[in-house]
Amino acid sequence: MSDIVIKAENLYKQYKLGEVSTGTLVHDVNRWWYLVRGKEDPYSKIGEENDRAKTGNSQYVWALNDISFDVRKGEVIGIIGRNGAGKSTLLKILSRTTSPTKGVIKVKGRIASLLEVGTGFHPDLSGRENIFLNGAILGMGKNEIKKKFDEIVDFAGIERYVNTPVKRYSSGMYVRLAFAVAAHLEPEILIVDEVLAVGDAEFQKKCLGKMKDVSANEGRTILFVSHNLSAIETLCDKGIVLNKGKMHFAGPVSETILSYLNLNNTSKAASYAGDGIIKEAKIFNEDNIITYNSPVQISVRFDSKVKIKNLVLGIVIKDIFDSAIIAINNKHYIDTKLHDEEVDKGIISVQFPNLNLLPGNYSINLFLGDSATDIEKVENAIFFTVEDSSFTKTANALDYRLNKTFIETVYWDYKK
Amino acid sequence: MEKEKSKFSKEHWSIIIKPQESVFNLHLKDIWQYRDLLVLFVKRDFVAQYKQTILGPLWNIIQPVLTTCMFLLLFGKIANIPTDGIQPVLFYLSGITIWNFFSTCLTNTSNTFVANASIFGKVYFPRLVMPLSVVLSNIIRFAIQFCLLLAAMIYYAFNGYPIEISILWLWIPLLILLIAGLGFGLGIIVSSLTTKYRDLTVLMTFIVQLLLYVTPIGYPVSYLSHGKYKWIIELNPLSGVIEVFRYILFHKGTLYLSGLWYDVIFMFITLFLGLIIFNRIERSFMDTV
Repeated sequence: MSDIVIKAENLYKQYKLGEVSTGTLVHDVNRWWYLVRGKEDPYSKIGEENDRAKTGNSQYVWALNDISFDVRKGEVIGIIGRNGAGKSTLLKILSRTTSPTKGVIKVKGRIASLLEVGTGFHPDLSGRENIFLNGAILGMGKNEIKKKFDEIVDFAGIERYVNTPVKRYSSGMYVRLAFAVAAHLEPEILIVDEVLAVGDAEFQKKCLGKMKDVSANEGRTILFVSHNLSAIETLCDKGIVLNKGKMHFAGPVSETILSYLNLNNTSKAASYAGDGIIKEAKIFNEDNIITYNSPVQISVRFDSKVKIKNLVLGIVIKDIFDSAIIAINNKHYIDTKLHDEEVDKGIISVQFPNLNLLPGNYSINLFLGDSATDIEKVENAIFFTVEDSSFTKTANALDYRLNKTFIETVYWDYKK
Repeated sequence: MEKEKSKFSKEHWSIIIKPQESVFNLHLKDIWQYRDLLVLFVKRDFVAQYKQTILGPLWNIIQPVLTTCMFLLLFGKIANIPTDGIQPVLFYLSGITIWNFFSTCLTNTSNTFVANASIFGKVYFPRLVMPLSVVLSNIIRFAIQFCLLLAAMIYYAFNGYPIEISILWLWIPLLILLIAGLGFGLGIIVSSLTTKYRDLTVLMTFIVQLLLYVTPIGYPVSYLSHGKYKWIIELNPLSGVIEVFRYILFHKGTLYLSGLWYDVIFMFITLFLGLIIFNRIERSFMDTV
């Protein structure tokens, strides 16, 4: 497998919490004493899982815990995870600003990181001087920068300010310039971390375009860290989900995003079991495989201590970005058999003879109430996948990134 | 199968990121690759320092001139300390030029890690580039001040003070390297040790101030050579260099060779230790800084 450009093997990174003080000195001396006697670092055994919300017993946490992955040439990898999951630590190790506690990463080619752009920009220097300085910090030679200078200025769109100190720039211009330098670096591997948060919409588009261009046409590898899931989905082929320093998932990007979204919820199954009023819920069909327009049934078993009059069951089907696609309840339909009745338990089911959801991952929110209020709601009760199938009846598949729905009955015409 | 195996083992990785490397691997090749950056850092130091100042680089000259005046007053007029027969202005100015070079090298390299944490935290480049660029820009500042010293010497030569250029002057660049090595070596030791414990930073500022008094700038070594406190001067690694520097320039005073040898040995030891400690710290300092 010679096209692997990044190979991470059992990577660990330990951090110490709390302040540096005399206590640290004691640990340092102790550690040194173990080292002198040729023993293993005593504190490397006592690390804890990195859960920032919980109080731990140990001062040491594993920011990265046994991370292994391979990245092939030309791939665009999205790295996602909640705050504190270890994304930045991983990128820091990759960009060699810190070293791992254990494990190895092997890399082929030059790495450039856009961890935070504008590194080494000196406010008193002009745009021109900063382009050279920043370029050199990122590892470019003088001649290389000279060659690309015009292109960089043009990309940033700051011709007029090129001889002005950057402290007089607007923050947007600053970022534009910084990104422009980095984008023209031509590294084999580019690390991009949330740089798109600043800059106007036009510039963001330009950056995303440039990144795509760089990976598709020039065969370069990009590691992209962002909380913007739709940017990840459009840009990346593959993804890695980190959770509390551990590798949670690695695979195709759509599955990665789903797995990340599942992380945020306790329920991960395609069915729901709860101890509220809603006891069980599931989505199923006869073939056990849901495709576009296939018949699907959602059933919900409920058990209430009190009788509910005019029970309302709401079903919201959402896409992976958490935006609702379908939001219906039984009041929208006539023959639900629930009107004007008092019930306390039973199973409500709803059949979709042809559920025309495009292939992808979805989740369902359930609402149960009477006609006035919601008594119970379960967010992301069920996750399900609509499998890919050739439903357009032609050889050409739809682009699911562009289509949110498919209009089946349209009339094309051609006249000469 | 066999073929595949050999192919696998031959696989070429350009970067291998590991927890701990040999402390003797100084990445000199990397530093050479980043030489453009070194030059740009020096340029940045200069441009940035004098941006929005009226006198600009002239400040490099004003400072030693004023200090010399002060020394003339304090050591010459008030304390009446002899200057080994060297013209007092030249005596003080030569000492101050060397001292300035050493002390700026030391103080500016000693905060390498703490002052540049924001850059170091974002991108990788050989960390040694930073202190090296500091030393380089101080060599340039030294050159400016040395020109001032030369100008003063020419002035006194015209006024009848005997100055002769000799073959010995060729040793001056080596003395400069010796001082640069001392300042750099001590500086990176301090900078490495301060990443985790900041105590040394506090200590540094007044250690440098105190060191000035035990360095033969306002007085010659010969002035103390019979005194009880001779050992202080002998311990100071700057004494030898400064004395020899003056001897080369003015052919007067003592050729304090034993002191010079002590300095050379001292420099190599600090440089060696400094590089080892720096190399060890640079890989993980971001976690502790």
